[in-house]
Amino acid sequence: MLRDKAHMRTPLSHVRGLGSAKEGTSLWWVQRLTAVALVPLFLWFVASVLTLTTGDYESWRAWIGEFGNSLLLILLIVVLYHHAQLGLQVIIEDYVHGEAAKTSSLIVLKLAYLFCGVGSVLSVLKLSLGS
Amino acid sequence: MSTGNRPLSPHLQIYKPEVTSALSILHRLTGVVLALGALLLTYWLTSAAYGPEAFAKAHDFMAGWLGRLILFGVSFSLFFHLCNGVRHLFWDIGWGLELRQVKGSGYLVALAALSLTVGVWSAAYMLAGRM
Repeated sequence: MLRDKAHMRTPLSHVRGLGSAKEGTSLWWVQRLTAVALVPLFLWFVASVLTLTTGDYESWRAWIGEFGNSLLLILLIVVLYHHAQLGLQVIIEDYVHGEAAKTSSLIVLKLAYLFCGVGSVLSVLKLSLGS
Repeated sequence: MSTGNRPLSPHLQIYKPEVTSALSILHRLTGVVLALGALLLTYWLTSAAYGPEAFAKAHDFMAGWLGRLILFGVSFSLFFHLCNGVRHLFWDIGWGLELRQVKGSGYLVALAALSLTVGVWSAAYMLAGRM
């Protein structure tokens, strides 16, 4: 059975647009996609943090100043924050009942993670490109 | 939509705890811990971007007993969620769905997460020369 990978639904069910999930299957797919990307990114991150445990600011600046490190760190932040807010969204949708409470929780969640994600990326850029 | 008279499924505590259900709950729980732990990454990076004094303050907090306790919890959550996430990805492609395999991979994931946590912390203490 051939399926649209981005939607994980049969073409017929996609055209009909029925079911409570609506576009939910694409979120399911993005959650898996980000999960796959996070496996190597976190193995790299844990190995890197192990070499930086002394907390020496200068050696840490030198580490983040390397092109490859800042690139992988930005990728990690973007993918991690996207994965995290998707996961929390599922939990909110499961346990927060009532449309008003659910919608406002989701708005706060999305904006908070966008804010922190952009703040983190900007910090990496400032550190790696020099202040 | 009327939802008042629908039959309810039995609640969680009715069921006998199994390795499968325990790990499923732990996956979600560690996901929440990690989503909150990701905010520590923002704190770390933004304080580094702010300057050496702010970075030293953030590092002192992380290196203190409370910081280490939090980091220990976050690191175990990371390794568990990572290993169990890979287990989930195998299920998504249809592998290891027999009950015997599901239980076996569950014990394997628990063992791997504990070993990785202990291993990484041992390595961190050895590298920092504090052991």
